[in-house]
Amino acid sequence: MLAVTDLSKQFGGFTAVDRVSFTVGKGEILGLIGPNGSGKSTIFNMISGTLTPSGGAIAFEGREIGGLAPHRVTNRGIGRTFQIPRPFRRLSILDNVILAGFYGQGRHSKKAAQAAAEQALDLVGLPHDPHAKVDGLGAAGLKKLELAKALATAPKLLLADESLGGLDEHEMNQAADMLKRIRRETGITIIWVEHIMGVLMRVVDRVMVLDHGEKIAEGPPSHVARDPRVIEVYLGTDTQAADAAQTRIA
Amino acid sequence: MKRWLPWTIAGALLVALPFVYNAPYPLHIMVVILIWSFAYTSWSIMGRFGLVSLGHGGFMGIGAYVTALLWNHAGMSPWLSIPMALLASATIAILVAYPCFRFRITGHYFALVTLALSGIVLQVITATRDHTGGSLGYTPERHQGGSSIYALQFIDKETWYLIALGVWAAGIVIWYRVERSMMRYALEAISEDEDAAAAAGVHVTWEKLKVTVLSAMMTALAGALYCQYQMFISPDTVSGISISLQMVFAVVVGGIYVSLGPTIGAIITILLAEVLRISFGTAAVGYDNLVYGVLLVLFIIFLPKGILGGLMEARARPQAATAAQPKASRA
Amino acid sequence: MDSIFDIYLLEALLNGILLGGVLALLGLGLNLVFGVIDVVWICYAELIMLGMYGMYYLHSVYHLPLVVAGALSIAIVGALGVVLHLVVIQPLLGTAPINQLLATGGVLFFLQSAATVLFGIEFKNLGLRLPVIELSGMFVSYARLLAFGAALIGMVLVYLFLAKTYTGIAIRAIAQDRQIMGLMGVDTRRIYLITSAVGGALAGLAACLLVLQYDVHPFVGLSFGPIIFMICVLGGLGNIVGGFVAAFIFAEIITVGGLYLDLEWGYVFAFVFFVVMMFIRPEGLLARRA
Repeated sequence: MLAVTDLSKQFGGFTAVDRVSFTVGKGEILGLIGPNGSGKSTIFNMISGTLTPSGGAIAFEGREIGGLAPHRVTNRGIGRTFQIPRPFRRLSILDNVILAGFYGQGRHSKKAAQAAAEQALDLVGLPHDPHAKVDGLGAAGLKKLELAKALATAPKLLLADESLGGLDEHEMNQAADMLKRIRRETGITIIWVEHIMGVLMRVVDRVMVLDHGEKIAEGPPSHVARDPRVIEVYLGTDTQAADAAQTRIA
Repeated sequence: MKRWLPWTIAGALLVALPFVYNAPYPLHIMVVILIWSFAYTSWSIMGRFGLVSLGHGGFMGIGAYVTALLWNHAGMSPWLSIPMALLASATIAILVAYPCFRFRITGHYFALVTLALSGIVLQVITATRDHTGGSLGYTPERHQGGSSIYALQFIDKETWYLIALGVWAAGIVIWYRVERSMMRYALEAISEDEDAAAAAGVHVTWEKLKVTVLSAMMTALAGALYCQYQMFISPDTVSGISISLQMVFAVVVGGIYVSLGPTIGAIITILLAEVLRISFGTAAVGYDNLVYGVLLVLFIIFLPKGILGGLMEARARPQAATAAQPKASRA
Repeated sequence: MDSIFDIYLLEALLNGILLGGVLALLGLGLNLVFGVIDVVWICYAELIMLGMYGMYYLHSVYHLPLVVAGALSIAIVGALGVVLHLVVIQPLLGTAPINQLLATGGVLFFLQSAATVLFGIEFKNLGLRLPVIELSGMFVSYARLLAFGAALIGMVLVYLFLAKTYTGIAIRAIAQDRQIMGLMGVDTRRIYLITSAVGGALAGLAACLLVLQYDVHPFVGLSFGPIIFMICVLGGLGNIVGGFVAAFIFAEIITVGGLYLDLEWGYVFAFVFFVVMMFIRPEGLLARRA
């Protein structure tokens, strides 16, 4: 479904992403992890159109999308969330999602957009009260809204910049379960970007680990978590997290 | 049905007015108020989304001068020249706004770029004084035989009142069309966060350009109408920075987020100017702008939603407070 | 035929350079205020207009020597800058920048009308007859030369102030990063006031130089206001060097364009150039926002 080949990005003289290649199959959940500054957000932004690649190719359903404007990428069927939720506070919760439903699918009727919006809100578990304001939402609620907006654009591929850092244990698990349920109910392919391993390992089919702009490991979670390079550059700094990851996978 | 009733009654009263009461001076003031209300509404159609243009004086000038010049020099009927003026205005709007939007020049940067536009339209009018009369002003030639539909010239104020009323009402209808459209959702979203809007699939540049062109064309129509009604235009009365700021001022005073805000703004500013003029005569030259200037500063500091906007909010507040309570208890 | 043409062109080029100095000075104060406080004084040209009236009244009516009148005018407009900041900008500092811009638009109205009411709409001038200097067949007005020189001196002084004094360095630091400097114990309020005073004083200096060449009337600000804003936007708002370069480019376009047609056409060309530049080099416009 998505084939990334030799993708690179330089900022001035600094290489943020260095010839990274990977593919994502239909219906898969791929975890994209790495410490801060490892290049995962840069890859994410190149796929979603926010950044133009310096080199390499991004093919989505066989067509090149590298360098396409963000709204065109969305219209092609790639939805994204932002790490820090960016809701439109002047619109109600429902209208936020209707907007995404209307423009995300390349403008059809407002009625269809509303139906798509209500479906998306159901999926993430937010009420579709037309008057509910964004300001009434907490951190977890905002993340749900962010997800609902992405889902309303009817994506075939969902780029979830989740970063569950701000959530507690219970909310993290809820969020992870939600992604799993979304895949089950809609069949959407998901790339989940995260900088902590934790819950992610429990949900994804496959993990790709980045460090300093390079891919250092790829494979099933249980396999990757035992990879010595991954443990060294990523988990090695925090053995407790490594242990926790191991026990969760087990 | 019930919601339309007050509007229908108000509309019928406004249409019937000149047939009942047609003293020339009050009627003249009302025509002027309607034309400017339409111009201010045109500005607010984009201004309410944070697209603060100071170039609308330019669009108004284009509307007025293109119409008048084509009539005098080419004998073209306003029925043809006004659409051409609107087209010219749209072209200029695209020329200036497209790079702004494409390269994300927003907020006060956008205001400054558009400010240059209104300054320059004034300069062009002055520079081409051989054809436009320069700063001395310009008069469309009178059509022989007075009133003429072909020349869009009417001697009687009643006709003008009805024309201005119709155009003004069309402006309000367009305001509501925008309000109810998906374009409003997109523009509200864009005004808050362009990246997030693009991620939701909104073509940010295109949506902004659409509303800008709409607003510029409406403003040019206001200029053309002003020209046909007053039968005299000068760079200072239909173009330039002062006119642009006057639009912003009236809209801010009346209320930028409400449909009738610009109209209220026009009524207040024009009546204020007239009252000052009548009470102090020529001694009051400049006093109206003096008061405007102080009011504009005070409004932006103390009542940024404008008079009508502020009133409506004050009325809505008790309801909002009670509506917010159950939500709070739920959380 | 050819040689005459050339000398006119050369004269225009030279006059362009001289005008460029004055335009650069006009843009400098606005740029400084923008760079430091992130506020656009739309009424900047009107402050200059008041300074021109100051010169007129102090010199022509109260017969003070030119230099004294100039110093007083600079001080008065500098003080007006402070008042503008305290009364209009300070209450709005927390709101969207567009509000501050529009509020100074209100001040523009106010100052224009106040000038109309207080000084009348007649054109006034100092009545000076400054000589015209002949330089190998080219004619250059002494007033322009003087204005150019004073503008250069003014700009060098501002540069030294920003580069060498403690306050100047703090001003530049704040222009770089507003939050950090506040945290580091720099009194932002004081810096803003000083910047407003300097910005106003620069408008005052510009006024002293303009009044040597041009008549003053309540709406004189409208004639050069747009050009100042175009210079600042094209140079990159807040970018003092960029503004400087843009000022000279605009000045050349205006004078050379004005050579073949009317002066207004010079302005029109400048604007066309401005729009074209926006298409091909938007970085100039975005320099400070990246």
